[in-house]
Amino acid sequence: MSLAEIIGLFLKASLLLAFIFIVVLILTLAERKALARIQQRKGPNRVGFKGILQPFADALKLLTKEDILPASANKRIFWVAPLAVFLPGFLIWVTIPLAKDVVLANLDMGLFYITAISVLSVMGLLMAGWGSANKWAMIGGLRAAGQLISYEIPFIMAILSIGILAQSFNLKEIVDDQARWPFAIKQPLGLFIFLTAGLAELGRTPFDIHHAESEVVGGPFVEYSGAHWSVFYLAEYMNTFTIAVLTVLLFLGGWQSPTLPFSGTVHTVASLSWFLIKTALVIWVIFWIRGTYPRLRIDQLMSFGWKILVPASFINIFLTASVLYYALPDWVITVVSFGFIGAIFYFIRRGSLAGNKQDTVKIIKTSDIRAQLSNGAEV
Amino acid sequence: MADEMNTYFTQYGIIAIFAALAVAVPTSMLLIGWALSLLKVRPKKPSFVKNSIYECGFETITERWSQFNFRYYSIALLFVIFDVEVVFLFPWAASFGTMSEEFGLFVLGEMTVFIGILVLGWIYAWKKGSLEWS
Repeated sequence: MSLAEIIGLFLKASLLLAFIFIVVLILTLAERKALARIQQRKGPNRVGFKGILQPFADALKLLTKEDILPASANKRIFWVAPLAVFLPGFLIWVTIPLAKDVVLANLDMGLFYITAISVLSVMGLLMAGWGSANKWAMIGGLRAAGQLISYEIPFIMAILSIGILAQSFNLKEIVDDQARWPFAIKQPLGLFIFLTAGLAELGRTPFDIHHAESEVVGGPFVEYSGAHWSVFYLAEYMNTFTIAVLTVLLFLGGWQSPTLPFSGTVHTVASLSWFLIKTALVIWVIFWIRGTYPRLRIDQLMSFGWKILVPASFINIFLTASVLYYALPDWVITVVSFGFIGAIFYFIRRGSLAGNKQDTVKIIKTSDIRAQLSNGAEV
Repeated sequence: MADEMNTYFTQYGIIAIFAALAVAVPTSMLLIGWALSLLKVRPKKPSFVKNSIYECGFETITERWSQFNFRYYSIALLFVIFDVEVVFLFPWAASFGTMSEEFGLFVLGEMTVFIGILVLGWIYAWKKGSLEWS
């Protein structure tokens, strides 16, 4: 590599970094606005026009806030932990393509690289928990480790079935393979497993038991404040964006769009916009889930991962491989997958996850409440 | 061949550059914070109570690291087994199409046996109660 090439790469990498930062800033505001809408509030609306400058105000506040180091903490581990969480989440972006030729390094084993690097952030969370020398942080860190490694298996398995279909782990080739139909149609079970396990990997609701404030008061982050805490925050939103982007790339056809009447640079920009619209939709679903579902308990979380998602992902791989081998029509996978998704929801509804029967909560339907209200009942 | 090696190293060289950037950015964020505290924009007023570890507003009872649940070990053990298996599945998945043209049903059957052995272990773990939390 010549020096000019290296400088060019550096510029491209900085551009990508700036892009991710802008997305993260937008996401922090978008999540608060979306949650506010779901809960019939207005959300942040004071800073700038309708609260549009809120993320900058937050960043300024975090940077000028006192950075507290607990006296009994293990100083080195405590300070390094935010970097250890941020680094793997960011390194993934080397190989993620945003449009046909908008990628830094199109690795042949791109997906393998992603799965290998992304799990390293467990280390950072454990370090944060251990370094704080706080019992809540310690429990939170261990919970994070237990949860992340449990959901790593179905997460990778869902990726593997995509690999079987596309016969490649190169993200560009996978997207090219979806020119006709997105893999979501052939892999509904895979999409379900991927998105569920992805939410658990992010530690977002309903899988946010490791920073459950009512149980472990913020988990690994309890002792952090100011700039160090903001790095964790940054990593969390960046990873949310990553999972949404991966969902679009693997299951929703990436930048593949209905034929656009453009060519050259305009075409690249158009397909990039198309890709970002799809990503925004997935992110909206993630926020929507956060606004809708309560948090799981740790025993429900573990049994859901090991007793339902792991066997379902085994079945998915076997199904995909057999249909491919016997050259059965594609709708076979779709129909059987929907059957299994139905079975999973049946088990969840029946309360098989709750362990013992006393724990099952009666589900109140909205229609019941409406019926009671229309009968003039006091609420 | 030389060209192939070159692109190979170029790709991983990009990752190295990217890693440098990934370390530099959060570090510079932390350094900005530190510089702000030098400029007296950011306060730094440690006190005994502020620096004690948080424990729901009470005085700290458990000093430093406390006990934790043994089950995290069994979960980690299970994870290692499954993860190693997944690593073996990667090359199989990538070359499934070309290999089954050459070797036929053997490719699918072999992996069924491989996963089957693991599923047996998984059922055993379930029966032993390793998958239960409480």
